[in-house]
Amino acid sequence: MNKQSVSVTVNGLAYEREVEPRLLLSDFLRHELGLTGTHVGCEHGVCGACTILLDGQPVRSCLMLAVQTNGHALTTVEGLAAEQDDLHPLQQAFWEAHGLQCGFCTPGFLMTLVPFLQENSNPTEAEIREAISGNLCRCTGYQHIVDAVKLAVEKNVERGG
Amino acid sequence: MKPAPFDYIAPDSLDAALAAVNEYGYDAKLLAGGQSLVPMMNFRLAQPAVIVDLNGLSELDTIRYDDSGALRLGAMVRQRRLERDPLVAKAAPLLHEAMPHVAHPQIRNRGTLGGSLAHADPAAELPVVMVALDGRFRLQRAGGERWIEARDFFTGIFATDLAAEEIVVEVELPPLPPRTGVAFVEMARRHGDYALAGGAALVSLDENGACTKARLVYLNAGEVPVVAEQAGALLVGQLPSERVIEAAAAVASEQEVEPMGDIHATADFKRHLAKVLTARALKQAFARARHGEVG
Repeated sequence: MNKQSVSVTVNGLAYEREVEPRLLLSDFLRHELGLTGTHVGCEHGVCGACTILLDGQPVRSCLMLAVQTNGHALTTVEGLAAEQDDLHPLQQAFWEAHGLQCGFCTPGFLMTLVPFLQENSNPTEAEIREAISGNLCRCTGYQHIVDAVKLAVEKNVERGG
Repeated sequence: MKPAPFDYIAPDSLDAALAAVNEYGYDAKLLAGGQSLVPMMNFRLAQPAVIVDLNGLSELDTIRYDDSGALRLGAMVRQRRLERDPLVAKAAPLLHEAMPHVAHPQIRNRGTLGGSLAHADPAAELPVVMVALDGRFRLQRAGGERWIEARDFFTGIFATDLAAEEIVVEVELPPLPPRTGVAFVEMARRHGDYALAGGAALVSLDENGACTKARLVYLNAGEVPVVAEQAGALLVGQLPSERVIEAAAAVASEQEVEPMGDIHATADFKRHLAKVLTARALKQAFARARHGEVG
């Protein structure tokens, strides 16, 4: 099969691999790089479980080919916490507010919310709900996800932004 | 499911891309944002032998005014950029208003203007906006180019006039006349879903406040963006009173849109939505025309 070379930085580390062009980015992250935090829910762009950051912007990794990331910088959920045993403040808020049950959708929500909160550090509830409208959750009914975001915002405001 | 195997070409210039589609014709599919094509490939509804990736063509990622004051948008401009660009907000407020309704931010970060137009989903927002604004598209092939009006470009469900060896490279939007107001409305059960009904209104007034131009264009109301000619004609020459607006909404929804019933809504319900949304959009557009918000 005609493999192509791809050089990509993920969570600050540089990787170089030979892959088939048809390999989806979601599968590349999970199977080639062993970063299984990115989940595959629908493979057609509606559920948001596969959301990652491409050059800082949230995208559906199931709708990109791995070869398209050549020369780019990706961030996955594994790249959020500063250290192995730490939690990113948003992850901490999800934990405290019970914003996850099975956790399958959670990486997608986190990767959607991190850039959202960077742009809008004091969102209204309506803005939060609109921001997560591209991510599906089957467990929580979204209420505690919204609460987790509010908690993270509150803590951030207390900390001085 | 995963895509079937294909050969992948990532040209670094428009000329190289045109040469590739010229060589491969219908064996090749152009990959722009991938937000519609890749799902189809993942389901194997599309199994192109060759993919020509346009994402390296920065020459198609431009937004500018031309000498005649028209707005020129490159086909590879990301939808998220259209949403936020100040030139677009100023020169094409209808486009600016429609963008947040297009899918979700994650989709708009990759989706492109040209890709959405070439895909020609009858429920999509961008084709409707282009038809409402009398947009023109520049289509290029190896060794030539042509311009086509938006209304002539969309020929059927997921069908356009684009030939196999052509690429949409640019969209031109003429300047809006003075005393023109626009509005974009849609109704979706969840924000970001494909709308059950929706569309664009563009109206112009004379110095006395009478309507000189009215264009109503609908999504999800037929095989292509549907223009309600009769409803528009009804408004021309009239002072836009509530009665006149309601009459136009009735004509458009009862006689001119042809929505299909599906699992999301019956055709009758979609007609009802079209009626309500038409009135809403017209009121908004006329108010904006009066207050000089546009043009």
